[in-house]
Amino acid sequence: MKKIYGSAAEALDGLLFDGMFIAAGGFGLCGIPELLLDAIKDAGTKDLTFASNNAGVDDFGIGILLQTRQVKKMISSYVGENAEFMRQYLSGELELEFNPQGTLAERMRAGGCGIPGFYTKTGVGTVIADGKEHKDFNGETYIMEEGIFADLAIVKAWKADETGNLIFRKTARNFNPPAAMCGKTCVVEVEEIVAKGELDPDNIHLPGIYVHRIIQGEHEKRIEQRTTRKREDA
Amino acid sequence: MPWDRNQMAARAAQELEDGMYVNLGIGIPTLVANYVGDKDITLQSENGMLGMGPFPYEGEEDPDLINAGKQTITELNRTAYFDSATSFGMIRGGKIAAAILGAMEVAENGDLANWMIPGKLVKGMGGAMDLVAGVGRVIVVMDHTNKHGDSKLLKECTLPLTGKGVVDRIITNLGVLDVVDGGLKIVETAEGVTEQELRDATQATLV
Repeated sequence: MKKIYGSAAEALDGLLFDGMFIAAGGFGLCGIPELLLDAIKDAGTKDLTFASNNAGVDDFGIGILLQTRQVKKMISSYVGENAEFMRQYLSGELELEFNPQGTLAERMRAGGCGIPGFYTKTGVGTVIADGKEHKDFNGETYIMEEGIFADLAIVKAWKADETGNLIFRKTARNFNPPAAMCGKTCVVEVEEIVAKGELDPDNIHLPGIYVHRIIQGEHEKRIEQRTTRKREDA
Repeated sequence: MPWDRNQMAARAAQELEDGMYVNLGIGIPTLVANYVGDKDITLQSENGMLGMGPFPYEGEEDPDLINAGKQTITELNRTAYFDSATSFGMIRGGKIAAAILGAMEVAENGDLANWMIPGKLVKGMGGAMDLVAGVGRVIVVMDHTNKHGDSKLLKECTLPLTGKGVVDRIITNLGVLDVVDGGLKIVETAEGVTEQELRDATQATLV
């Protein structure tokens, strides 16, 4: 089975439809599937619901799909870096569902594991718990959260082998594995595709069973908050 | 004299014990890392890292290596990386000994509000609700009063909650207080601050 495609547009061919639900990896601008987001913009697919921790910035990440009004709803934990997002949200053009960050990650992981719901203490006694089932275990109260089952997962990894086994790099792993797991189909963009046998089987971060299509490409990898320290005087 | 930001951070660092895994929030809590001294502390960054190092030298920034505030950082020889579900698994599973966080309001029953002000721009709770619900000990570091001079230690929070009954200890510019049965208990006052001054600046019940 061939998993390698020539471009992001080819890899998404036949997978996109208006009103679909997409899970995206990335934290801030770190480890985001920037090439696939570009291709979705070019495809013009509309009324998208995204499960993604953040919404990018105005001109990078999911932000580019907000500019083109392709997003109907975001499920996110933090959206502070995006002025266009705030404008559309405050004017009622865009729906927003806040999920605590761990709840969002676990909802993706659970969906990928065939778990439709789970209980957590996170959010008990807050607005997040409104309308949700409450249940006590061992004298503590928990709320039920639902697994995410997305039509498509778009993910960024560092390296893939030809069978889709993935390795991520440093904190660019973040939401990518759980997002990959919860997609009916998962498309991955990587910096390098290597031949079978070149990745150490003991060091695969996400097995290829979760990966259906792969592309290799050049990534901008923009830094959101460049922070440095001075070198000590020698 | 009330404590300044660095003195509050230094006092918060005294809460940490050798061998602890700790999550530090944004703002004054970030400064706590500067005052841990010889203690063997492992910092967690909830975007998927244990063993967070200092900011990189100029020219050595790595776009694949950031903290939960999206700032470039470095790794240490103890660092481990993992995905977000694993990261919050260790938070929710009670494996992180303590979180040191900022706050807008704390109530005398330990309720914490630090994520939204109704009518103002809401950016989201990020990982704060998970942290306060899951870690072993929640330590709040904040100014005792807001910019209008009103107490931030209240009988009841007025803002939407981040967590209910979650705060264990509060370190302010005026002193240190514990959440106990019936209200807040003064543990110590900042050097030069009298107990009466701290009481006068506190709306919450002091026991």
